[in-house]
Amino acid sequence: MKRITIDPVSRIEGHAKITIDLDADGRVASSQLHITQVRGFEKFVEGRPFYEMPGITARICGICPVSHLLASAKACDQIIAVNIPPAAKLLRMLLHYAQTVQSHALSFFYLSSPDILLGMDSDPAKRNVIGVIEKHPELARLGIELRKFGLTIIEGLAQERVHPSWVVPGGVATPMAAQLRDKTLAELPTAIAGTERTIRLFKSTFESLKEEIDHFGTKPTMYAGLVDDDGNLDLYDGRLRFVDAVGDVVEAGIAADRYAACIAEATLPHSYLKAPYYRPAGPVEGVYRVGPLGRINAIDQYGTPMADAEMIEFHERFGRPAHSSFLYHYARLIELLHALERIGNLLNEPMILDTHVRATAGVNAPEGVGMIEAPRGVLIHHYKVDEHGAMTWANLIVATGHNNFAIGNGITEVAEHFVDGNHLSEGMLNRLSALVRAYDPCFSCSTHASGQIEMKVELRDVRGEVVDEIESR
Amino acid sequence: MPQKKISIRIDGELVTALEGQTILQAAQEAGKAIPTLCYLEGLSPAGACRICMVEVAGTERLLPACTTPVQEGLAVTTVSARLTQYRRMTVELLLIERNHVCSVCVSNGHCELQAMATSLGITNTRYWYDFPTLPVDMTHERFVLDHNRCILCTRCVRACAELEGANVWDVGGRGIHTRVTSDLAQPWGESPTCTSCGKCVQACPTGALAEKGAAVEEMTKRTDRLTRLAGSKRAQP
Repeated sequence: MKRITIDPVSRIEGHAKITIDLDADGRVASSQLHITQVRGFEKFVEGRPFYEMPGITARICGICPVSHLLASAKACDQIIAVNIPPAAKLLRMLLHYAQTVQSHALSFFYLSSPDILLGMDSDPAKRNVIGVIEKHPELARLGIELRKFGLTIIEGLAQERVHPSWVVPGGVATPMAAQLRDKTLAELPTAIAGTERTIRLFKSTFESLKEEIDHFGTKPTMYAGLVDDDGNLDLYDGRLRFVDAVGDVVEAGIAADRYAACIAEATLPHSYLKAPYYRPAGPVEGVYRVGPLGRINAIDQYGTPMADAEMIEFHERFGRPAHSSFLYHYARLIELLHALERIGNLLNEPMILDTHVRATAGVNAPEGVGMIEAPRGVLIHHYKVDEHGAMTWANLIVATGHNNFAIGNGITEVAEHFVDGNHLSEGMLNRLSALVRAYDPCFSCSTHASGQIEMKVELRDVRGEVVDEIESR
Repeated sequence: MPQKKISIRIDGELVTALEGQTILQAAQEAGKAIPTLCYLEGLSPAGACRICMVEVAGTERLLPACTTPVQEGLAVTTVSARLTQYRRMTVELLLIERNHVCSVCVSNGHCELQAMATSLGITNTRYWYDFPTLPVDMTHERFVLDHNRCILCTRCVRACAELEGANVWDVGGRGIHTRVTSDLAQPWGESPTCTSCGKCVQACPTGALAEKGAAVEEMTKRTDRLTRLAGSKRAQP
């Protein structure tokens, strides 16, 4: 038996490793995704004041600190048992949609577009964001502009782009300046037009990427996403909906505090990332996916006209539910459009500039659950506190965790189709990384590589001797 | 009786001081900044932090400026490579002794320890972090004591005793096990002597004492109010 190891998987957030075991004929026997770091947040926050949790958990990740801030603050809102002021809710939503824009732009333009626009088998030395800048300068610039658009809103509201501490239990720290609203509204049409152009360009690649779409983690699974009472996507405050593998709704909308009735957690021997599954169906049938693809399959509609029109076309092309993991990119771009539309709606809310943005109270409930849709999927923070407000227990379920089983299954499928164990090619191994990348996984990352990430793949025989080797720098 | 005037030299400069003043007071009046952490104008000096150590001609030992009285003819050096080295070392030892995690601290950006480390150019510590397991006392209705962030400067002890007269705070234990304690080492919330005035919180240079509910970076301290209060107390007959 031979084993292929891809370590690290490049152009993702965080650190991961893939191993593939081959049988004597060089066929794929099994494959696994390993998340190689333990973070320990759930344990070391015990004893801390609950109101420090937004600031502490935001440090889980440098890409989506806002998601953790918001999920954490929502859990704290429940502990102090307040309804936050209306303007605070609008501002939190605005921050969240801005975060979605910048995160989706990062995922698509910086991390994944090299595979899509330059090709899976293109020269690995150029298959990166610099290569995209050379070949599609206008598109690369657009990616940078969109990310900046989202980050500028975050910075304008929260004074900091990364790890802001502006979201607090009971609301937000400061109101919004009219100047920021007007500036953002003025820049919005350009951002929307650019996103539409990108979606058109992306759709033009479907023919050339047919093999990937057809073999990229296409095993049917359940899907989950947050919806409002009308079935619209609700990234900030929705209830959790599950649909089964044929798209029928099995849970219409579960409130945050009942998440444990539907989600059970498995631990895997080869990975530090836990693997949640839909409890009533068990760990095999109950595998579900979250994130842009999970959402587009679970919701009735986005609730904004441009995104809804794209959603209809999406399902007409690829069915409902659409199973190919490659379609995460497509759904992510549609969601980018949706987030921009929502930002427009929010900025036109008369209450958005209201200065009453924070409610205060002491400990009024022994526990709280905050649930939101992070860019990568459903994020749940569950806290328990003592009578004085010291944390006694925490459970965090992050988006990538929900997708753990599905990513593992997808790797096996991609390996079986694209990997020939007798001779390796860089392009075929890149497809494995690209499968992981499609999920835009965030392996609870706050440690980033500096410079270019190296990937080294070794094919060893059963005695551990290297029989083939590929290296990318 | 008016205080006697005496002459001393600070960093070579001839300075007039008053008898009974400390080196620190004389230097401050002469516009010379000596770094301090445990010193708070208006409270009695404690000499606890050893940041204000200065060189005095005629002795090999470094002396704390906050507790050493001036004498006629004293020659003091407040800036030297040796002093900077010792001050850095002292702050590094404060940093490794407890769990000072600025990024998630209520006092981030408003912390005297952080500011001191920055001004001394400390970017890392040369010693291993001790990572002690320390409790957070959240039993008080309005305030929190986080031992993880305490540097044992005793400003809380002195503010409580000298300005409020409540004597809630004290120091218990020895060496690395030293902790500030409320009353007879009972939970702060159960203290029968605490008046909940909050002077200790305002006196604290770090996030060790903070208002309950303050989020990351939100805790700012008003030590100037304590200094004013002490001044007006002294002015009373």
